[in-house]
Amino acid sequence: MSAEDPGHDSEALHRALLQSVVEVARAIFAAKGASVFLFDEETDELVFEAVAGPDEQTLVGSRFPSSTGIAGWVLVTRQPLVVDDLASDPRFARQAAEATGYVPNALVAVPLLADERALGVLEVLDRPAGRPFSLDDMNLLTQFAHQAAIGLDLLRSARRQRAAAAGEGEGAVIARLGTLLERADDNGATLRLLEALERVLARRS
Amino acid sequence: MSERLLPAWSLPASAVETIGLASSWPDRVTRDWALGGATGEGVDVCVLDSGVEPSHPLVGELASAVAVVFDESGETRAVPDETGDVCGHGTACAGIVRSLAPACRIHSVRVLGSGATGTGELILAGLRHAIEAGHRVVNLSLSTTKRRFAELLHDLADDAYFRRTVLVASAHNMPVESYPWRFSSVVSVGSHEQDDPLAWYVNPEPPVEFFARGVDLDVAWIGGGTMRCTGNSFAAPHIAAIAALVLSKHPELTPFQLKSVLSLTATNTREAE
Repeated sequence: MSAEDPGHDSEALHRALLQSVVEVARAIFAAKGASVFLFDEETDELVFEAVAGPDEQTLVGSRFPSSTGIAGWVLVTRQPLVVDDLASDPRFARQAAEATGYVPNALVAVPLLADERALGVLEVLDRPAGRPFSLDDMNLLTQFAHQAAIGLDLLRSARRQRAAAAGEGEGAVIARLGTLLERADDNGATLRLLEALERVLARRS
Repeated sequence: MSERLLPAWSLPASAVETIGLASSWPDRVTRDWALGGATGEGVDVCVLDSGVEPSHPLVGELASAVAVVFDESGETRAVPDETGDVCGHGTACAGIVRSLAPACRIHSVRVLGSGATGTGELILAGLRHAIEAGHRVVNLSLSTTKRRFAELLHDLADDAYFRRTVLVASAHNMPVESYPWRFSSVVSVGSHEQDDPLAWYVNPEPPVEFFARGVDLDVAWIGGGTMRCTGNSFAAPHIAAIAALVLSKHPELTPFQLKSVLSLTATNTREAE
């Protein structure tokens, strides 16, 4: 970990958290794979953020339309969905094969909701044959997805903080000051200095 | 509906004779009275979803298909849908409705496919379109968590309720509040695990009001085929179709009365008899 780049530290930590989320999701359901997609609001796309299972590392960073396909439907409608016999869906099979080289036969997808925002989608792929997803499974994954959503929300906040601090202008300076202040170990001297600055600025405004 | 001018805001003594029910209700409301022999004929059912695949063998011909999109000025508009289904889910819902209410008219309003950003506006506009078109039943296997849409959606749901449009919405157990299924003016539906499409249960402990088939069912899907699916989003169209059956036999029913009929004829109500 680098003490010079707290944004990078939090990014790495939250990536590790998300990787743990998909690993545990896969383990709970004895599934072949699990994925977390993040909704990128700027490009209006879903992005693979963490993958456990086949081709796990080549998938991270892949992008998909945000309101089409099964993950897009789940993101937009906030509804969990279980789909079997996916290989029989020609459009899904083609897109999955082109994107990942792996076509799952079954998946359960639940939205990742933090407060009122939909941050992304958690998918679990291919349980062992003959063990379809039940309502209990779906409820369990929904609860687990809440935990993933908190992880995802933290990651987004860390990225925003990092982007703000790396930029120019007053906002970036304030963000950097905030980071330095958190790490300052000077018995409150820095804080008193900033409070004095605040009083001067208040008099000027 | 009757052509008579009915009292709207108050009931003068002289008007009491004018508000009798359009048809008489039996002493005991049975399924046979409610939907025996019904096919959904004459009832317009709207599937507000990801679109519906045209001429899918399990759906048949659509009465209409529109897509709600943003125009160049950023306003929402309903335009003829040339795309069909962008997911498969809307086709699945339409197939469920067709299987139970074969003679109803199915209308598709597609609100997906233009990106996730702005979908709240598209859902609102799509629902407004469906209500203004006068469809008797609207299936909403979707929800929003955005609070700024909740109030508008609530007003629309009430508007539908008073205009005799029954909104059937899928409920879910999420850690975040979502709408419109929580509104009392809609019929909210969760899943049971049985495989009988005509088994439905009334919930003595709302907010979820009814449970219908939603687990491990073969549904229509894009590409002309089927898919095996599970979710409350498939339970809602079962109740939407059953509502269409009841309304095809009793078109005078208000959403309040229809909900009463669904409750009185639910599987657990009948078992208690």
